[in-house]
Amino acid sequence: MIPAKFDYVRVGSSDEAIAALTEYGDDAKLLAGGHSLLPLMKLRLATPTVLVDIGDVRDLSYIRDGGDHLSIGALTRHRDLETSELLAAEAPLLAHTAHLVGDPQVRNRGTIGGSLAHGDPASDLPAVILAMGGTLVATGPSGSREIAASEFFEGFLETALADDELLTEVRIPKFGSAGWSYQKFNRRAQDWAIVGVAVQCNGRTGVALVNMASVPIRASAVETALLGGAAGTEAAAVAADGTEPSADIHASVEYREHLARVLVGRGLAEAGIA
Amino acid sequence: MSTTATSTTAMSTASVTITVNGEAATHEVEPRFLLVHYLRELRRLTGTHIGCDTSNCGACTVLLDDEAVKSCTVLAVQADGHAVRTVESLANPDGTFSAIQEGFRQEHGLQCGYCTPGMLMACTALLAENPDPNDGEIREALEGNLCRCTGYQMIVSSVRWAAEHPDGKVPAGMSAATAAAPGSEA
Repeated sequence: MIPAKFDYVRVGSSDEAIAALTEYGDDAKLLAGGHSLLPLMKLRLATPTVLVDIGDVRDLSYIRDGGDHLSIGALTRHRDLETSELLAAEAPLLAHTAHLVGDPQVRNRGTIGGSLAHGDPASDLPAVILAMGGTLVATGPSGSREIAASEFFEGFLETALADDELLTEVRIPKFGSAGWSYQKFNRRAQDWAIVGVAVQCNGRTGVALVNMASVPIRASAVETALLGGAAGTEAAAVAADGTEPSADIHASVEYREHLARVLVGRGLAEAGIA
Repeated sequence: MSTTATSTTAMSTASVTITVNGEAATHEVEPRFLLVHYLRELRRLTGTHIGCDTSNCGACTVLLDDEAVKSCTVLAVQADGHAVRTVESLANPDGTFSAIQEGFRQEHGLQCGYCTPGMLMACTALLAENPDPNDGEIREALEGNLCRCTGYQMIVSSVRWAAEHPDGKVPAGMSAATAAAPGSEA
């Protein structure tokens, strides 16, 4: 399987990437690690006419301690997330979940920014960043702006990024030893989640769902129930409220709703919420 | 296409210089040309197999700058300026098997052999990083490589053999396989 024809330019900096995006507009797609985009292009489900390769923009690969938060460069690979001592200490939910993405070969190439900008509701990391209450930094011709993770995912494979914007950084609070859980339900180790649940405690408890709508979503009904003093088991019972899962070869709508309730219950329990 | 170029003009073809198994070569390719096709068709290194072609099976696994990657999901242009290792690089200079190759022979880590080049490269990356992996670590490291013959147990045993015999030498009287002439690997 070979992608449809496209023109290619490799850039060495974010400024060059933005210049290329400005020049080619919505005909262009950014290529980071390529492990979301290239499979779609090989199936010709995506047919960009210009690929702007940002894979060599290495100054966007970092995990930094920003005092009260952590800053993660958009081109940081899953492999670097799963092996980061800083993340293990301050954001173990992200380090743990990065280890569950795909397989080692995929994690050696795929990036956190690529995963988020792709916006696939079946991906693991968008739900984690949602549960963490993260902030995404988008950079365009007129500078940078911050976008709350909860405002970022707008539609199936669609995000709040403008055509000439590049996702440059992900910011998350420091969580230290606060409770957390990631529940990934799949049939085989390397598969996508049929349903997944990310839970992050930190004063308020963030809960987000994988594959329960056309976008990665917060489990708002669960979060609201917990804020109102509900026990974990009570909150888990409303996990499917407000969701719109689809049916596919792996699961019916009803089964996904059932999985959401069960997995939220397990996730809250593992995170220490009785 | 040089990585130092400041032009942001997109091109329909690109010149790529890729070092494969220590030898650099330059070709003009279409940007959509996949690394696995580059290796097989332009470099004539057909040890790297195309299996599922959907980044699932791992048969096309090679090392890109010493990291295991699936070459069906990497564009040749992405490897421009980088170093690739394929299964053809594994044998010792005198043609004898490396430790991981000998491990697969001693412990019968293959049957049909289709997945084997990818398995060997994924194992090579594992052992370079973790020379003494336990069975759980081996299975995690190989989760991106599918084998439909062995049931994996013998592959895990093969990696253990290689870890326990890092020089690849079979102890006298311990050979489980009939002696093969140097360089006679399938």
